[in-house]
Amino acid sequence: MFQNLGEMLMLLGATLRALPRVWRDRRKVGEQLFDIGNASLFMACTLSLFIGGVLALQTGPVLSERGLGSSLGGLVALGLCKELAPVMMAVLIAGRIGSAMAAELGSMRVYQEIDALRTLNINPIHYLVVPRVIAISIALPCLVVFANLTGWLGGAVVASMNDRIGVSWNAYFGNLRQVVEFSDLANGMIKSFVFAVVIGVVSCHQGLTTLGGPRGVGRSVTKAVVNSIVFILVLDYVLTRLLLPLDKGWRF
Amino acid sequence: MTMPPNSSNGIPVSIRSLRKSFGHQEVLKGLEFEIRSGEVFVLMGPSGSGKSVFLRHLIGLESPDSGEIRIGNELATAEGVGDRFRLAMVFQSGGLLNSLTVAENVGLMLTEHRLKSPDEIQKIVADRLALVRLGPEVAGKLPSELSGGMRKRVAIARALVSDPQLILYDEPTSELDPMVALTIGREILKLNRRTGATSVVVTHDRDLAFGIADRIAFLVNGHLVAIGTPDEIRAMRHPVLEEFLAADFKRSTDDDSR
Repeated sequence: MFQNLGEMLMLLGATLRALPRVWRDRRKVGEQLFDIGNASLFMACTLSLFIGGVLALQTGPVLSERGLGSSLGGLVALGLCKELAPVMMAVLIAGRIGSAMAAELGSMRVYQEIDALRTLNINPIHYLVVPRVIAISIALPCLVVFANLTGWLGGAVVASMNDRIGVSWNAYFGNLRQVVEFSDLANGMIKSFVFAVVIGVVSCHQGLTTLGGPRGVGRSVTKAVVNSIVFILVLDYVLTRLLLPLDKGWRF
Repeated sequence: MTMPPNSSNGIPVSIRSLRKSFGHQEVLKGLEFEIRSGEVFVLMGPSGSGKSVFLRHLIGLESPDSGEIRIGNELATAEGVGDRFRLAMVFQSGGLLNSLTVAENVGLMLTEHRLKSPDEIQKIVADRLALVRLGPEVAGKLPSELSGGMRKRVAIARALVSDPQLILYDEPTSELDPMVALTIGREILKLNRRTGATSVVVTHDRDLAFGIADRIAFLVNGHLVAIGTPDEIRAMRHPVLEEFLAADFKRSTDDDSR
């Protein structure tokens, strides 16, 4: 466990050191970005639409019964942008993209493609890891923006159409604008960026250290997803605690 | 073709007391021999004798626990040895990147290190593919669209891009039918004569070994038990070597009567 953690930190260090090369490899980053967006955008939007809806459905009637229905927009929006969107999108990306990264790099390792890169004097970290980590670090915060928007929309639809809630579209978004600050959005974006780096590094590390043929690839994929999710949930608490001072930030 | 005969001179390799263990299992047990410049040196032995591990030491993918490998006059583990000498390896599986086309695979080193312009790379790729008798029609294909023999030839073409002084082949005829294996063997020999590169071939294919080798070394359980020319190896007396060379599938009368 600690050896793995050390290796992952070293991989992160090597990735950071290789950052000046990113412009050179922008095409590879672009390809990865396209793959991630293509694979995840629709699913991310669908997922967050329903999360927003459920959040409104669960809290709306309770708030309305107590005469607090007008604060539903802010509650749904804050819940989404500070917590649910970054965490849920990170879990989704860990499952969908992290697993694919671990499987691809694991197969490359098993079929000696990574050794072949080394014999061609090509650093596998520069060639394989850096574009993936950069791409996922750009893609996840972007997905969180889409998730926020569709989640808010989902909450608004449920709030306005459900008789037990009965909050109008204008009241919902009026409260949302009043409550949500730029710092709340930044909070979620910072979290999602950190989660993305974690998913990228954990998944690439698992892929690069795959041993034992196709069975090993399966093991690496499972470990990449499980370890990523564990790190995401632990770091979520740590980041929430560290980002508390941001709560007194800028208002829209 | 742009590669002239003997365009690159081979380099000698010297192995001294090479030992390597994985966990408690010692895989290489004090190997000591020389590989001469420009020769086709075949390392033969039963499965699990440490042949491929030795090859990975030569190219720097493994570090020895003790002992040393000198490529030319430099330690194989020295920083930047891959820059000072042109080394290449053809992997057992080919090691082609499945996400890249054949042309992209062959030109990968030149593209990544930006050693040539795209037009020059295209010409070099076509040239190296022609050297292994592959036409331009395969250049745009993915490795998964090729047969096993073609993949091996593409891997050889990729290795030839750096105009190597030392070229290593790991089981080049494994998983190939005898006809394709024969073609690959002839390609290795032809390329060795043409480029003058030192060629180290790891195999347990006896026909290939005796067909192409200038010298053969026989490895058993990490020990070097025999080294010499093909004729000398045939004449040597060692129980495992004799059994290895004589091993043949013969149906017994019991099998026939079933």
